[in-house]
Order: sequence, then structure tokens, then C-alpha cells
Amino acid sequence: MLEYTEKIREISKQLLKECKVDMVIGFRKGTVPMMNEPTFIKSADEVGQLVWDSNCGINLANYLTNRKENIGIIAKGCDSRNICVHLVENKIRREQLHIIGVPCKGMIDKTKIADLFGKEILNVEEDGESIVVEGDGTAKVYKKKDVLQENCAICIHRNPVIYDDLVGDLVEEQKDVDRYEDVRKIEAMVPDQRWNYFDDLLKNCIRCYACRNACPLCYCPTCFVDESRPQWVGKSIDPTDTRTFHFLRAYHCAGRCTDCGACERACPVNIKVRTFTKKLEKDVKELFNFEAGLNPDVRPPLDVYKTQDPEDFIK
Amino acid sequence: MKVLKINKDDWANGLKKLGESCRLLGPLKDGEFHNFKELGQGELPDFNFRNTRLSPKSIVYPQSEKMFDYTLDQNDPNHNILKEAEKDYSPQVVLGIRPCDAKALSLVKLNFDTPEYQDTYWLKRFESTTLVGLACHNPCSNCFCTSTGTGPFHPEALDMLLVEDNDQFLAQILTEKGEAIAKTAGWSTEAGSDAPAQITAMKEAAEGRMTSFISAENLKNKSAMEIYEDPYWEDVSFSCINCGTCTYLCPTCWCFDVQDETCGNCGIRMRNWDSCMYPLFSLHGSGHNPRGQKLQRVRQRFMHKLKYFLDKYDEGIQCVGCGRCVRYCPVNIDIRRVCELMNRSEACPVTI
Amino acid sequence: MQNPYLPYPVRISEIITETEDRNLKTFKYVFIDPEDEEKFDYQAGQFAELSIAGKGEIPIGIASSPVEKGFLKFTVNKVGLVSTHLHNMKVGDVMGIRGPLGNWYPWDIMEGKNVVIIGGGFAFTTLRSSIVYMLANRDRFKEIHVIYGARTPGMLLYVDELKEWEKRDDIHMHITVDATDDPDWKYNKGFVPTITDQKAPPGTDDTYAIICGPPIMIKFTQPVLEKLDYAHDHIIMSLENRMKCGIGICGHCNIGRHFVCKDGPVFTLNQLNNMPKEY
Repeated sequence: MLEYTEKIREISKQLLKECKVDMVIGFRKGTVPMMNEPTFIKSADEVGQLVWDSNCGINLANYLTNRKENIGIIAKGCDSRNICVHLVENKIRREQLHIIGVPCKGMIDKTKIADLFGKEILNVEEDGESIVVEGDGTAKVYKKKDVLQENCAICIHRNPVIYDDLVGDLVEEQKDVDRYEDVRKIEAMVPDQRWNYFDDLLKNCIRCYACRNACPLCYCPTCFVDESRPQWVGKSIDPTDTRTFHFLRAYHCAGRCTDCGACERACPVNIKVRTFTKKLEKDVKELFNFEAGLNPDVRPPLDVYKTQDPEDFIK
Repeated sequence: MKVLKINKDDWANGLKKLGESCRLLGPLKDGEFHNFKELGQGELPDFNFRNTRLSPKSIVYPQSEKMFDYTLDQNDPNHNILKEAEKDYSPQVVLGIRPCDAKALSLVKLNFDTPEYQDTYWLKRFESTTLVGLACHNPCSNCFCTSTGTGPFHPEALDMLLVEDNDQFLAQILTEKGEAIAKTAGWSTEAGSDAPAQITAMKEAAEGRMTSFISAENLKNKSAMEIYEDPYWEDVSFSCINCGTCTYLCPTCWCFDVQDETCGNCGIRMRNWDSCMYPLFSLHGSGHNPRGQKLQRVRQRFMHKLKYFLDKYDEGIQCVGCGRCVRYCPVNIDIRRVCELMNRSEACPVTI
Repeated sequence: MQNPYLPYPVRISEIITETEDRNLKTFKYVFIDPEDEEKFDYQAGQFAELSIAGKGEIPIGIASSPVEKGFLKFTVNKVGLVSTHLHNMKVGDVMGIRGPLGNWYPWDIMEGKNVVIIGGGFAFTTLRSSIVYMLANRDRFKEIHVIYGARTPGMLLYVDELKEWEKRDDIHMHITVDATDDPDWKYNKGFVPTITDQKAPPGTDDTYAIICGPPIMIKFTQPVLEKLDYAHDHIIMSLENRMKCGIGICGHCNIGRHFVCKDGPVFTLNQLNNMPKEY
């Protein structure tokens, strides 16, 4: 994956030099282990800042919303799917974009690695399929496939679905992946059990909205939690309001969510936010046989009416 | 200065006694990280931590806090009139607060306790709280407390400082409040005369383990408007997603919103933490928003912490170097980097 | 310790619809506990938080004048949750007022000086307070000019008082409207900056201008005053920012090292020049 960096710089340099784009949106090396920072490059001289490794989990489509410039954007599979969603929802125009596609082998889960390592992590290097973690005088090596973000471990669209350039050969997509094992577990719970499960899941939420704001879908000019007339949701950390926020947000993402994992990655208190969005993702797949962001010309199922739409939820 | 020696048995027994007359709070592990929580009967704080994920500011300043009660029932003679909410300001002891977080409380106090107005909620809770600090032997790699006027053993705002020394604590008594709880807890064994020197040695060793620093020495003399108009803000703010993580995790951020919540005829006026990162924070009723752009909001947060606060109070910057925002910003905006940019002095003209 | 967030209970004693669009109403309040009125000792230019249980609080400039006793007056534009609810309240209803808050126009500095009041639209409230105050202490000021404009005659506030002031010879009134087809309109026509250019006295060490109005009016009046030689520390303005606590604690109205609610709302242009334009 590291060799992508050189290719990203090369393509970006060319695009900027030839004035094909006004800026390239990508990642620069982070200041703490397992973090890279989204950045924009406007000059061909600065492309050396751009990097690519297994810490580029933030979804860059989030930075495209309503932009007016011509933009080169680095896009792994899920970013490219969210670019599709943005195109369908008119948040950006295809002509504005030069998509530098990155065939992705998954991003590593910083929370999981921190947990496994147990001590403060000072440095993380990757070497092919190995992740070398150093800290407190010791080093441990993990297999990358064991420390992937959960959404990456079950990803079936690693290759960008839409692109103008590729930084490497397409990778083999994962097959026979059980995408919804965790959702089925929750579905199998009796209501009380499920209620307690959700309560426990959300008990640390501080309503910082990192999940919402990291999500490329959450671009509403005024989010429903911020409306004051009428006020739909209270602003305290009352559990009812916290639940309302998470449940409603998940519903707003139904048929649009690509399971990019940005929400979960952003959460400062490690809430498994995808628990909610994934249930809706599964429902949309089962009810409408639809996966979001695979085709910029297809409108999402909750945006269109068909006579054969399932309606057994109307009782 | 008085230094006591508290062994493990004395510690557990002392907390038991303390718990009979006041609430005890301490770090407890909940899932993957520690946070300050009220200790159950006989429960000991878990000191096997670097620092808590959330800052302990909520102990004095809860994220959501009731201020007043009211009724809208027209048959009630006091309808529509706010009544002071009943509050519990009984004594509480915070065990294991890190010196940086305690220093943060003394910075925040400048805002809540002014010559003209006193925030009764914050002050009463602060006054009823005794702070038992826990010295930091192993600062995190992205902590920079020694650059912000505090440090791993810094005593400011603490009533007692515990220094872990093998299987016992050396406890520096720093205030009368600290003295009082030591007495209640029955901690009275004086440490040997070499204890202060021992603590100093451990302090220096801890400071020697610090790896992260910031420079803020030029900030005072640079003009605020000059920094405000510097060109790097677009670069600094680009990745920001406008969430409230930095402000909510920060021990020195204090902004709040006031909300009324009514259920039937009864309701409360409450305050909730708010964040200058949210567009709503500065939105006028007319729809005009003086900080409607992300760049303006990101700049506001850093300018407030590193410049406006410094100019207003002359008590240093509004940052204690706890490193939480560095570690948990979802997009890796790093206050150390921003401070470096703001502090940068322009190239000096050559003088002959 | 006194809780600075606790409002004084008040009763609405009178409601006047001020403008033809019915969006501006003046509310007159009496304190339920007369002792509270003693404590509410204010100066022209200050504001207060109008507090409605179940809705919240809004910061509003005090339109009554310190020389008027027994009541408080506020003119409120219907824009948000609280103001809309307030517009639906009735005489006799009980609510709360918290204040007085903020600083005020620099009456000590302006004593013995010429004062030019420039107002536009519904931002005339604390200016009314100021005019009433100055007229009640007429010998403490030299020339008083008032330039006040609204979109139409029907949008002017305090029309009866404006007419009374017009009749006096110790205050120069320059009322204007942006436009009107009323053949009986006998005052000025034109925007406030234009009328200021025509009517305001030239700037001197002894002349202060107080400006309150919509941002666009302020933007175009400022160069006019500069042209008339007003020094920046002789141009006084009142800011509005989103506020919650009103006492410099909650952080909402922060601009630079200042809180608009506590260090303002009144600033000289000189001060504003050295502050971020975040208002």
C-alpha cells in the first residue's frame, strides 16, 4: 500500500502543473501514531506532503460538499462510493472532480491496536501485511488482517467504483463475507435485552457530534438536533435525547450509508456507532436489494417510488 | 511542607472513613478507558491509568446542569416564576486528579469567579470539593504540561498531592482542606525527613520523561489582530469537521448554552456544555452568523485559548497540555502545531 | 452569593404594536416586588435578558429611560422562539427580567458635549432611552441632533414621541424614510447615511456620535462621519451578538478578548478597529 504514496504524488503533481484541478484533497502524515490528517494541496511543489498508508480511514468525500473548485481527490473504495452518493444528491458535480482511485486493502483500527498493545503506543509502522507497534521499550507485530477496522474486515467494495486514475492494480474483492453477523445477533435479542444493549452502547455519549460531522452524508444545513422551531430533540445528555439523536441519524442515512466507518473512527469515547447504521444498511439490502454509492446514475430506494416496493411494514 | 506516608491498608481504611462523611470520586475503568465516577461503598479508585478520557471538569461543572424549576400551571400562584433548583453541595473528595486537570480548574475559575459576577453553581461546587491529586510518573508522549505553567507534580489548585512510591503513597498536604481530610481519614504517619527530597527527585525524573513541548513565549507580545490575520488558518482549519470533541474533552473549555425543558406544566432551566466549533454557537436571530465559516470557528478556538485568554487575564494560556485534544481529534488537528505557527516570530530585519 | 442567573419576576402592564408590519411591539413591565426595581438601577445604553419560563431568554436593549420611574420598557422584534412567544403574551402575564446588563453610552465623557444620535430601523430603543435621558438633563449637554430613519413612515418607532421632540427647539430632529408615497410626509426622504451627510454637524473634539442600526446602515454611515471629521474615538456604537448568560461567562458573544455582553455592548469605533469583525 505504501507504494501508492509515490503514485499519488506523481498524479497530483501532474494535475496541479497542468492546472486540471485547483486543489488535490488527500492525507498528510499525522502527528500521532495511526492518524493522518486530511489536507489540500494547491501547488505542485507541495505534493510531497501527500501520503498513503493504513491510517487513511477518514472519508474524504466529506470535504467535497458544496465545493466550487475543480478538485483532485484521493478515493479508496468507500470514499468513491460516497462520491457517488454526493453526485446523486447534487453535492458536487462530476466535471469538477478528478478522482485518483486507490485500491484499498483496509484501514487499521487504532482502538483495537491500542487495546491489544496495552501500553502507550509511540510508533506504528507497516510492512506489507504486518503492522509493527512500538512503545514503552517493546515492539509487537500484528497481522494486518487481524487489526483491520471492523467495516474494512467485511468490506466487499475495496476497489474504487468510480475513478479517473488508479494508483495501483485493482485488488481482489473479499468474497463469502458475512456482512451482518453482528446485526443478526441484535435482531435475535428480546426487546428488553436489546434496549439494555443500546443503553449500554450509548452510555458514554457526550453529544459532541463527531460521528455526524465525520459522515459525508450528514451535510444538512441545519441538523434536526439543532433546530429550535420546533425543537425535536433536547440538548442535554438525557439518555432519551441521546438515543433519539443516534436512531434518527441512522434513519437519515438509510439507503445512503456505505459503511465507511468514519463515524465509528471519529468517536472520542469508542461508541460502536455503526451498530445503528448497519441495521438500516441490511434492511435496505434485503428490502430493495440496494447498496449505496455503487452507481452515480441510480437514485437511492428511499428517494424513488415503485409499485412493487415492499410495504409489509404498514400494518 | 508536611508529607505523610500512606500504605495500602491505611489507604483503603482511610477512604472507608472518608466515605462516611463525603462523596468520593475517582478514576474507574469503564470499557477501554478510565473516567471519573462516584465510588461505591468500599470501592477503591483505580490508579492504573495515564489520564481519564474525559477531563474531570464535569465534577465541578456537569455537562448538563439544572439551574431553576418552574411551573406553567396558571392555578399556581408562582406560575412562570423561576425558582432556584435544589442542589446538593455536600462535600466531595476527588481522588487521583492529575495536576494538569487541577490547574485547569484554577484557569476556569478566572471565568466563573469575576469581580462583578460569581457563577454560584460552579463556585459552590468547587468550594465543596477537595482535590487529591496524583502525581504523574509517566507523562504521555503527547502531553506538554511543563510548557503550560503546570507539570506532572504541580501542586496548584490541589489540596493534597499523592506521589506513588512503590507500594505506598507519599502525600503532600497542601491546604487546610487537605489537612482536614487526612485527619478524617486517619492518615497521620509522617514520612521521613528525606521525603521532600525524594519527591523532588521523582518530580525531576518525571519531567525528564516528558517528550512533548510547545513554545508560547512570543504570543504575549504579538498583536492579536496580527495573529488573527495570519495566512495559515485555512491550512489549519481545512480538516476540521466542526465536532465538539476538542472542546468537550478539554479541561479548560467552559462555554455553555442555556435551555428550558418543559414536560406538561413543569419544567427546568438548565445549562449544557456548548462548543464554539458549532455554527449555531454564534448564529444571530436574524440569520447572520459572524463566525459562519469553519475557518473562523477553528481560529476562534485557538485564538481564545492561546491569545485572548492570555491578553485578558495575564495568567498564561488557556491550555494545560493534557493532550486530550491531540489524542482524540478525529482528524488530527494538533494544538501543538497550531501554537507553533502562532508563536512563530517573523524573520528579524538585519541590523547593522 | 447571589445567583446572577435568577431573573426578577415582572408583570406585563402594557403592550403597544409599534409598526405597520406588526413585527415590533413595545412591552411595558412592572416589577412584582417593588424592591427589585430599586436593585434594577440602569443607565441608557444597557440591556437586559427577557426571560420566559419554558422558552428561554433574549437580550434586549432597554428602551425606557433611567429618568422614567415605575416601569421598564422594551421594544422587541419578532424573530425567534422567545420573541415570537412574547408577541403572543398578554397584559397581566408574568415573566422575568434579568439585568441591567452590559455597559452604557459614556454619559460622563459626553457631559457638556454635542451629541449626535444616528439610528435606523428597530435599533432605536436604547437611543430613545438616551434621548429621554438627555432631555430630562438638558442643561448637561450642548447641541443634540437626532437622525433617525426607517423604511417607511409606518416602520418608525415611538411616533408620538418623535412628533413631540420635533416641536421642541432644544433638539434637532432629522427624521427620514427610505421611501414613501404619502403626500403629507413632511420630513426627510433618503437613507440615513445621506441624511447624516446633509444634517449632522461637523466632527469636533466636543462632538460625539452614537450609531445604532442595521449593519448596512452602519457600513455606509461610518465613511460619512469620517468625511465630517469625526475621530474614531468619538464614534460610539452598540453591538449585538448571540448571547446566553449576559454576564460574560457563557462565552457565546466573545470577540477577541472582549465579551459583548459585559465589556460592551457599547464600543467606540476606535476599539472596534482593533477587534476581529465578528459581529
